[in-house]
Amino acid sequence: MPASLGQILVFGILVGALYGLVALGLSLVFGVTKILNVAHGELVMIGGYVSLWAFSTLGLDPYLSIPISFAVLFLIGAFLYRLIFSRTVKLPEETKIKNTLLVAFGLSVILQNLALRIWTADERGITASYIGIAFKVLGVRFPVVRLANLVVAVFFLVALQLFLRKTYTGKAIRATVQNWEAASLVGIDIHKVYLLAFALGAGLAGVAGTLVAVNYSIQPSMGLTWTLKALIVMVLGGLGSIPGTLVGGLILGVTESATSFFINSNYREIAGLILFLLVLIFRPQGLFGEKEG
Amino acid sequence: MLSIEKIDIYYKELQALWDISLVVNEGEFIALVGPNGAGKTTTLNAISGLLKPASGDISFLGQSLSKEPPHKIVELGISQVPESGKIFAGMSVLENLELGAFVPKARKAKGQSLERVFDIFPRLAERQNQQAGTLSGGERQMLSIGRALMSNPKLLMLDEPSFGLAPILVEHMFEMIEKINQQGVTILLVEQNIQSALELADRAYLLENGRIVGQGNARELLNFESVRSSYLG
Repeated sequence: MPASLGQILVFGILVGALYGLVALGLSLVFGVTKILNVAHGELVMIGGYVSLWAFSTLGLDPYLSIPISFAVLFLIGAFLYRLIFSRTVKLPEETKIKNTLLVAFGLSVILQNLALRIWTADERGITASYIGIAFKVLGVRFPVVRLANLVVAVFFLVALQLFLRKTYTGKAIRATVQNWEAASLVGIDIHKVYLLAFALGAGLAGVAGTLVAVNYSIQPSMGLTWTLKALIVMVLGGLGSIPGTLVGGLILGVTESATSFFINSNYREIAGLILFLLVLIFRPQGLFGEKEG
Repeated sequence: MLSIEKIDIYYKELQALWDISLVVNEGEFIALVGPNGAGKTTTLNAISGLLKPASGDISFLGQSLSKEPPHKIVELGISQVPESGKIFAGMSVLENLELGAFVPKARKAKGQSLERVFDIFPRLAERQNQQAGTLSGGERQMLSIGRALMSNPKLLMLDEPSFGLAPILVEHMFEMIEKINQQGVTILLVEQNIQSALELADRAYLLENGRIVGQGNARELLNFESVRSSYLG
């Protein structure tokens, strides 16, 4: 059945693009600040609620609310960095990763419970009029909402890449990653760079949240699932590699969709984790990462 | 221009500098020499603001630097060429130089500064689109000095620019530093290569175990019995 194989591939890619987008922010934050923000999934969740709010109170189309969820989460990210992570980022590298992990875990619990208070535990979603629409090419279905994942993910990936490569600020971020000491010696305020990277990462989580709310549903406890997916994708793609993040997402998406089809959709997540372990064992720098040193 | 008054520096509980005082006047070429581990790099990093003194004060053109972060110190006109260059290896030569002019004032004069750097190091102009990580050791050092010059510093501090270079390159490097000094940039040179540094400098400070153990006219210091016997063999 070549048509169903094509369907598995297309479906995997379109879902995988969203995985890549979820991981993009996490990867940016980790690459620049060495903060492993395990509360990333909670930021995705808040992004979803922002778009849901814009949809239900303002009647705003979810795709038009992307700039809003980006901006709101950017500000929340900046605030969280100032309040919490700016204190841990100055620690030496090993203690930094351990401490930020604990702090971010605590933060994820707090954000979840705040969300429970504000929005209750009900599962919600954005039901835009075009959600069921799909078109067929050569017998393969392309749901418009899933296709939009790919468009939005590629758009933000390219925008981030251009920002990092072409702008002075972007270059300052890359310089800080390559050598923070030399970066401060040329006059870059590295704490501002860390703040900006963290806020950008949170903003990208917000965008991903909007897509999750359209593709699936949102609820206060959804964060961990998405953090795990983002972690798998980040490791697949190679730590800190931005194009690798999208490819990592696509690989995870296709693996999951193939597992659902050939085995059982219950084993989908397990397949992703097995892939994660295999990469860690045989190619710890990730599929697209460079070996250190 | 720069004056360090009785600073003590600690790495956690470990004291690295003891009661260091040092003066650099405008236009001078000062050498800060001493054996490995004497505290030379620590002194430069204290001036650059990467480390903060536990006591004492550092001031530049009458302004205290003790509370200023590194990027503000660059803005005030102090630039450091760090040990072993620390270039941005994943970026092009040109991008490295552009980042050298990151502070707002320097950014406006970027074009001029770039011309000046290419004039001093024509090799960098030839290699401007090359990835910095693929440069040779000598070229990396040139790039690091060029990058530091891009902020248009009044005081240029160099940390062991001769380290790891072939003797012929070392000589060339020192000539370039002298040329930069003649263009009006005050120089503070840290070196383990004591002989060459003392031949070039106006005045020098000798650092040992975190303390200043000798200072004065560089040529006189070169003839100092203790310096000769300990360092020059």
